[in-house]
Amino acid sequence: MAISKSDVERLARLAHISIDPEEVDSYSSGLSRILDLIDEMNQTNTDGVPPMAHPQDIRLRLREDQATEPDLRELFQSSAPSSDRGLYLVPKVLE
Amino acid sequence: MLQTKKISSVELTSHFLQRIDQNRELNAFITVDAETALANARQADISLNDKSGDLLTGLPLALKDIFCTRGMLTSCGSRMLANFTSPYDATVTERLNAAGSVLLGKTNMDEFAMGSSNESSYFGPVLNPWNVDCVPGGSSGGSAAAVSARLCPATVGTDTGGSIRQPAAFCGLTGLKPSYGRISRYGMVAFASSLDQAGPITQSAEDAALLLQAMAGFDPRDSTSLDIEVPDFLPALKTSLDGVTVGVAASFLDSTLDPDVLAGIEEALRTFENLGARLVDIELPNSSAGIPCYYVIALAEASSNLSRFDGVRYGHRAEQYDDLMDMYEQSRAEGFGDEVKRRILIGTYALSAGYYDAYYLKAQKIRRIIADDFRNAFQRCDLIAAPTTPTTAFRLSEKVDDPVAMYLNDIFTVPVNLAGLPAVSIPVGLDQAAMPIGMQLIGPYLEESRILAAAHSYQQVTPWHQRIPEAFT
Repeated sequence: MAISKSDVERLARLAHISIDPEEVDSYSSGLSRILDLIDEMNQTNTDGVPPMAHPQDIRLRLREDQATEPDLRELFQSSAPSSDRGLYLVPKVLE
Repeated sequence: MLQTKKISSVELTSHFLQRIDQNRELNAFITVDAETALANARQADISLNDKSGDLLTGLPLALKDIFCTRGMLTSCGSRMLANFTSPYDATVTERLNAAGSVLLGKTNMDEFAMGSSNESSYFGPVLNPWNVDCVPGGSSGGSAAAVSARLCPATVGTDTGGSIRQPAAFCGLTGLKPSYGRISRYGMVAFASSLDQAGPITQSAEDAALLLQAMAGFDPRDSTSLDIEVPDFLPALKTSLDGVTVGVAASFLDSTLDPDVLAGIEEALRTFENLGARLVDIELPNSSAGIPCYYVIALAEASSNLSRFDGVRYGHRAEQYDDLMDMYEQSRAEGFGDEVKRRILIGTYALSAGYYDAYYLKAQKIRRIIADDFRNAFQRCDLIAAPTTPTTAFRLSEKVDDPVAMYLNDIFTVPVNLAGLPAVSIPVGLDQAAMPIGMQLIGPYLEESRILAAAHSYQQVTPWHQRIPEAFT
C-alpha cells in the first residue's frame, strides 16, 4: 500500500515532527517501500491465533506504595534546556 | 592474569587507552574517560593486592552509548542526546561497576539503536577492523569494532532485532543476546521495550559467560526483570556436546544464503558432529514472516518510546520556534536523523486509528506463531544452529539509501527477539575476502548455559574466535 503525501503530512503532525515540504516526496516513497515489506504479513494466516504482546506470559508485579527514590529534582533539572525555580520552562501556552 | 598479578589493572587500562587513541579513525568510541578509568584501575589494583577483589576487578570494559552512566555523556548516537549527561547509572552500569570493572568509555552505535551498519550514528560511521571499507554491523557497531581491534577486551551492547549478534558476526566475535528479562533494562535508552535486551560482545563464550554472570539477575526497577535464581554460567561451560541434539532448519540454508556463509556453517556443523552432537532436521515454517512482523512491533513501540524526546526535560531543543507545538516539532525534526524519523512515522502509522488491527494486532498474532514454531522445534532438539546473517560484512554506503535492503539483513536474528529466546553468535570461519562468518546457536527460554556450553566446546577445538584482523595484531 502506498503512503501518499497527505499521509506523510498527517503522520508528521501526529508524531510531532516537522518535515520540510521538499522532503515530503522522499518520505512518501521511502515509507511506501517499508509498508510494502510490512504488507507481506498478509501472506500468513492468523485466524484464531491469540495475539502475543510480550515474550513473558506473566502478570506485572505490584509493590508496596512506599517512596524508594530520594528527591533529585535539581540534579534532574540540570539536564533541561530551560528551567527556573524547580519548573521546566516552555513557550507560553495561555495568553 | 589480573588475579595472578602478571599484569596490573593500571597497566592493562593504560594499554587499552593507548590503543583507543592510536585507532581513532575506526570511530569506535563516542566518549573516552581516561582519567576516571585510570583512577578506578588504581583502586582495582589495591583490591587485587589485598585480595578483596570481585568477579571483574580491574578488567577494562566499554559500554554501548545507550546505557546511562552517571556524570558521563549518554548520547544514544543521536543529536537529540548529544548534550545529555546522565544523572544516574543504568543497572547494567551499576552492576559492572560493583563487580570491579573499569569503564574505558562509551562506544558508537546506530542512532537510537536503529540500524544494521552503524551508519545512522550522529557521530559518524564506524569502520570494520577486518576491512575498513566495510561496515562493522549494527546497531552495536562501535562495541564490536572496539573488541575486534582489541581496543578493549569486551563490551556490552543491546539487541532488539540482532544488534549484538549481527555486528559480532561481521567482526569475528562472540555476541550473546540473553533471554528477555534476564538482564535489567533500567537505564538503557528504550527502542522497543518488548524486544530490547542487553548482552556482552566478547572474544570467547567463556568471556560472555563471565559478563553475563556479572549483569544478570532480578532488578525491581525493571517491571519485566525476572525474579528467579541466576545459574552459575561459568561451571556450566564444561558441559560436553556429547549426545546434544542440534536442530537445523533446511529453509535457513537454501540458495539465497551467500555460498561462503553456507560453507562456513556446514563446516561448523560437521565440527559439532565430531564433538558428539547429533544434527536433526527441524522446521521453522513461518520465520520469513519475522521481518515484517518485527518491523511493525519494533517501530510501533519505538514511536511510543521516542515520544518522550520533546525538548522540555532533557535533550535537544530547537533555537527557533513559534509556539509550544512548533517547539516540539522543530526540536524533534532537528534532533532525530532520517532513519529514526522514518521509523517513528511508520510506527505512528501502524498505531493510528483504523490501522491498528491490520498492522499491530496482526503482527502480534504472527509473533505468537513464530514463538510457537520455536517451541515445537525444541521438542525435537536441545538447541538450534542457524546463520547469523545472510552475507558477511557489506561495504560502507552500500545499503544506506535503501532501508528495506538494510532491514533484510536481520532475517535470521529477529525471530529470536520476537520469541524472547537466548542466542549466541560465534565466528566459524572467513569468506573468500577474509571477512568473518557468524553462526548463531539459539536456546530455549532461559537456557543461556546450554548455548554457551556448546559455543565453548566448539571454541576449544577451533581457532576462529582467536583470529585478530591483521592490521590490529
